[in-house]
Amino acid sequence: MAMVIENVTKLVGKDCHIQDISLQFEPGTFNILLGHTLSGKTSLMRLMAGLDRPTKGRILMNGKDLTGISVRKRDVAMVYQQFINYPSMTVYKNIASPLRLAKVAEKEIDHRVREVAEVLRIDALLDRFPNELSGGQQQRTAIARALVKDTELLLLDEPLVNLDYKLREELRIEMRDIFKRRQSIVVYATTEPLEALTLGGNTAVLYEGHLEQFGSTIDVYQSPQSTRIAQAFSDPAMNFVNGRIDSGTLRLGDTKPAPLQHHLQELAPGSYQFGMRPNHLHLQRTSPEDIEFQTTIDLAEISGSETYIHIIHNGHNWTVQQQGIHAYQMGKQIYAYIDPTQLYVFDLDGHRVVSPEHDSAELT
Amino acid sequence: MARIELNNIAHSYIANPRSDADYALRKMDHIWEDGHAYALLGPSGCGKTTLLNIISGLVKPSEGKVLFDGKDVSALLPQERNIAQVFQFPVIYDTMTVFDNLAFPLRNRNVPAAEIQERVKEVSEMLELDNVLHKRAANLSADAKQKISLGRGLVRSDVAAILFDEPLTVIDPHLKLMLRRKLKQIHTRFKLTMVYVTHDQLEALTFADQVVVMNEGQVLQIGSPQELFESPQHTFVGYFIGSPGMNFIPCQMDNGNARIANLKIHVGASSKNLKGDFELGIRPEFLKLRKKQENDTLPVTISEVEDMGTSKIVTVNLADHTLKVKVEENREITFDEGFLEFPPEWIRIYADGDLVETGMEKSPDTLELTE
Repeated sequence: MAMVIENVTKLVGKDCHIQDISLQFEPGTFNILLGHTLSGKTSLMRLMAGLDRPTKGRILMNGKDLTGISVRKRDVAMVYQQFINYPSMTVYKNIASPLRLAKVAEKEIDHRVREVAEVLRIDALLDRFPNELSGGQQQRTAIARALVKDTELLLLDEPLVNLDYKLREELRIEMRDIFKRRQSIVVYATTEPLEALTLGGNTAVLYEGHLEQFGSTIDVYQSPQSTRIAQAFSDPAMNFVNGRIDSGTLRLGDTKPAPLQHHLQELAPGSYQFGMRPNHLHLQRTSPEDIEFQTTIDLAEISGSETYIHIIHNGHNWTVQQQGIHAYQMGKQIYAYIDPTQLYVFDLDGHRVVSPEHDSAELT
Repeated sequence: MARIELNNIAHSYIANPRSDADYALRKMDHIWEDGHAYALLGPSGCGKTTLLNIISGLVKPSEGKVLFDGKDVSALLPQERNIAQVFQFPVIYDTMTVFDNLAFPLRNRNVPAAEIQERVKEVSEMLELDNVLHKRAANLSADAKQKISLGRGLVRSDVAAILFDEPLTVIDPHLKLMLRRKLKQIHTRFKLTMVYVTHDQLEALTFADQVVVMNEGQVLQIGSPQELFESPQHTFVGYFIGSPGMNFIPCQMDNGNARIANLKIHVGASSKNLKGDFELGIRPEFLKLRKKQENDTLPVTISEVEDMGTSKIVTVNLADHTLKVKVEENREITFDEGFLEFPPEWIRIYADGDLVETGMEKSPDTLELTE
């Protein structure tokens, strides 16, 4: 039995927030809504929760039409970006509140509050008030309150966005492990590709109110159906270059013609857009087949364990992602290389033609 | 620009501090060299803003002195210290034009009109504000207003230092990259003394040539991004910098080897004099997971493989300890039991959280080779 979103459209005045979306979520699955700000993630969640009513279409749960039923009568819990707790209640009472409303027996409440508090590692803080907690602890409390009642639908709208990155990293992994053990349908909205990849499950990519692609997270990542999806699901953004295929050769921009190999062999002659993931662009040659671009270094950005080198090639801004921390000088001329087997190919309208084969080599 | 010296500085917001925990900033000594870009990085509550406010004069430290180019400024107010500050939210005059906003700090100091023209032109071009110079600030977007704030911070050429307190927080993500680049370019070009507070790792490591990592009121390491990554001086730095953070395993050191349960890891000759209980640290990027046993590999069981798109994070168990290993994206892990190699040059040894030994790097052999 599942949740079915059937041709749902949401208009607010003349603005279309959700455009004819159909989706199905199975119990016990983890589902990510991935998209930029204003892509429709929150709008869709509000419709699923029953906070808003769709302009067109239906929402069914286990075959039953829920469309007009208010949020109070639905079996749903939601966690927001802001840490929302009752300021006058202790952590214990905050977590217990949905069970009290549902008139669960006190003994059962106590058992469940302590259990979920332990999972979220706030069991030592049960007597504190929300304003005596750090941001991370406040959000753990809000998540505990959403988890304590085994709702059939659990919605999380960018729950980690207001926390600092190390806390985010830890909570992501904890949440993934907690949800694995549940039978609820979990729906989680995020703008961050890395968050989607860490959480796994399925991903629905949204763009301006449209559903662009839905599938297992790693499949969507490895085989994006359009340049738009590739853009939304790549951090740093995917690099693009126009190119031509003619009589068995490939030319990317003004590079030297290269022979067609692997997944490119079947391509008809013509013009295409080629996508290159930042981690597939290299600043040293890695194989004799590599295609070489002349570029200029713009800025090297450094995360804790990786370097993102922004380079410019014929007016295109590209990013190279390298493992480890490396220093580069701004303005320096440098060659960048791509192995053609790693090229994503799209037509000039941005639709997928072919993605790199994902033949993995076993570790030895 | 100036050299800023913090002389035995400590600060407590409590009247009579008794223990270390009462201090927002524990005793420290540091010299901020003229012309360098520093970032203060740490989790919320680590004391980074207190430290910035001590340099600016917004907070008078309960202990110690602040010197600018050797001159004691401890008793001076922020406006008497000749510094420029940029805050999290735009601080501008809404009714003035962009030009007048940028010119304001210069006019205040009676800079000649011709020089004002020149400086405002230069700064506005740098920040791409030159096409809105004669618009009123009130009508501009939040991003543009924050750019004016940055411009006001940068317009004076005679300041001792420019202090930034989370200046890019309100900036839209796609503009952040542009401004990070601008700040970096400005620093490279003008060699200003800059101190930058942020909790954003990418911002801190990109902006600064020296990063100050803080936790619980203590400075744990001051170093280049590369030093923080390759040789964290403290286990907290190893954990805080990098995703996932560094792995740490308790071990016994004996004759240049680290013992973990009945397993032995070769660390290097330079650690020969270490004896007893330590922690071995190694980053997930430097561990090597193999299917077959080789020399100097240890048996592990694999408990999880996460595909992160650009790489895989493998969780392995080694004698009851959990470690993370980063593996290339196109590697298939088809086995449950494997072997882990600890390249000695990337092993770090810690005692009570502090780095005591950096693997083979400093061993006599390597030193001879580099000389």
